Amino acid sequence: MAKELPVKIHTRDFSFFYSEKQALHGIGIDIYENRVTAFIGPSGCGKSTFLRSINRMNDLIDGTRVTGDMIVDGVNVYDKDVDVVTLRTRIGMVFQKSIPFPKSIYENITYGLTLNERPSKADLDNIVEGCLRRAALWDEVKDRLHHSAVGLSGGQQQRLCIARAVAVNPEILLMDEPCSALDPISTGKIEELITELKDQYTIVLVTHNMQQAARVSDYTGFFLMGRLIEFDRTRTIFTSPSIKETEDYITGRFG
Amino acid sequence: MAVNNPFARKRRHLGEHAAEWTIRIVASFSILVIFLIFIFVFREASSLLTSKSEPAEQPTTNVVATTDDRPEIYNPDSGPEPGSVTTTTTVVKDSDKPEVYNPDVTMVGMDEPVVTTTSIVTLDDRPEVYNPDSGPEPGSVIAAAAAPYEAHEQPTLWDNITSNVWQPVGENPKFGVWPLLIGTLKTTLIAILIGAPLGILAALYSAFFAPRKLREVLKPAIELLAGFPSVVIGFFCLTTVASLLQDITGSQFRLNALIGGIGLSLAVIPIVFTIAEDALSAVPKTLREASLALGSTEWQTAYRVMLPAAAPGVFAAVLLGVGRAFGETMIAIMATGNAPLSSWSPATPARTLAATIGSEMGEVVWGSEHYGVLFLLGIFLFVVSFGLNALTELYVKQRLIKKFQGA
Repeated sequence: MAKELPVKIHTRDFSFFYSEKQALHGIGIDIYENRVTAFIGPSGCGKSTFLRSINRMNDLIDGTRVTGDMIVDGVNVYDKDVDVVTLRTRIGMVFQKSIPFPKSIYENITYGLTLNERPSKADLDNIVEGCLRRAALWDEVKDRLHHSAVGLSGGQQQRLCIARAVAVNPEILLMDEPCSALDPISTGKIEELITELKDQYTIVLVTHNMQQAARVSDYTGFFLMGRLIEFDRTRTIFTSPSIKETEDYITGRFG
Repeated sequence: MAVNNPFARKRRHLGEHAAEWTIRIVASFSILVIFLIFIFVFREASSLLTSKSEPAEQPTTNVVATTDDRPEIYNPDSGPEPGSVTTTTTVVKDSDKPEVYNPDVTMVGMDEPVVTTTSIVTLDDRPEVYNPDSGPEPGSVIAAAAAPYEAHEQPTLWDNITSNVWQPVGENPKFGVWPLLIGTLKTTLIAILIGAPLGILAALYSAFFAPRKLREVLKPAIELLAGFPSVVIGFFCLTTVASLLQDITGSQFRLNALIGGIGLSLAVIPIVFTIAEDALSAVPKTLREASLALGSTEWQTAYRVMLPAAAPGVFAAVLLGVGRAFGETMIAIMATGNAPLSSWSPATPARTLAATIGSEMGEVVWGSEHYGVLFLLGIFLFVVSFGLNALTELYVKQRLIKKFQGA
């Protein structure tokens, strides 16, 4: 384990409860800055729940509670004085289903920027172009920026969502199975994008696709039944896992 | 017959056939009835165009209609004229024993155009009979006012309908629909201006902010208000709201278009709320999560993402609210003051089209010109409601859905 890397997200004995049911059991993990960290595991193992607790999206569900610490940049995000809105501007999120707002492509990108301030039109134009270029979408949509974003293809929509998340300039990008609804070509584009983005952002990726985790991530965590079974460099996990369940899952013996 | 085909239609029971046919017959019958109502309404109004009606005499300026509330009989000089339309109404007048109502006040502002704020309406909301001078006075103002029209050629029915005075009963019935149109638009506008924002905001609150338990109570409670008998709302406005508002504003008229608009908005709010709430709840929750994940607050999400996404439904809700306010009869009769003034001020009484039909149809002479005009108003109401529904259907489906839910 490369301990010299700066740690962006650090959890200590983090547990999560949906009212009575405990979904996460004492997760302890260090997520390194400017690295892609992938979480794999069978459905219902808690990896998405863990991802969504990083930016407190689980607050939207009634009757949830947490114990333990979820520390981002030295601050426990579940502290009382943490403003969840500010937190979420610093931790962007891309969802499994691409969900463009029913607005134009341009407005989709500028939405997050215009929430609290009014940048000039020229600034906005620059940011929109920059974000769309980052998301490798500019060439495809530059002629129809003011058309509805809903008319884009699935892969384009997902890249638009990434561009939208990048536009507010977060430090961390959480991706919840961003490619699960896409075809291989779109998936390839997004994976390329993830690799390009990691020099600027800390990326946490949840995926069902083990090849994807192997391709794009630097670190991989294996979740099972709400527990973090193993967490290590991706290469180590996929070549010589130290725990039997990980090996069984990776070799396709279950899951 | 090949029996092997797994998708072959199965032979159905007789009962299914019977049920299917019953449904068909009932459905076509109800559609037929709708058309029959439509045809009937047109037939009643068509007598206006086909029959040669009595010459409609009409002085160009007459203020009397504006000053009283429900003119059962307007009879400037009680001596009946031979051959006049009002022979029937005169009989009614005699049997009714009309009380003389403040004959002197009407003389004020006799020559002024429509709205004179004489104290008549404030003193009395529903004069049964308005009869300025019970006995013919030589050289009275009425006679002077009536003098000019004799010099004119007889005004056509169309001129009469487009004139500025609604005073359908009397020697010279005046069927000017402008005061009614203005009254309708005025009250509808007030009702929508109050009702639509409140309904939409309540829907936003209920859909996104209210705790689940509160929401479970709130939605049925407001929907219950939609089933509230409008006569009760009207009575409530007539008694409580009117007094309260007069205490606050010190308005000259106790019942006015504002009170009517408030009353109508009570009927409109539940409609707007229910439909807008359904539309807002139907917006995918993922959209809300996506917006929140970008660091927006709940209100920003509601206003800038959820409301635009639900815009077609919310627009439809508002249009249906307009339709309700437009066609609402009982509240309009009870709370607006029901005087056909052609004034745009919300502080003056108003009379709506529906209220006119509601309050006059019971006393109209069957087959008379007045009767025809009332049905004409009914057709107009229908056309507007139809237009609103068509607008909802066409505009919402074609434009808004295209704009907000993909090209």
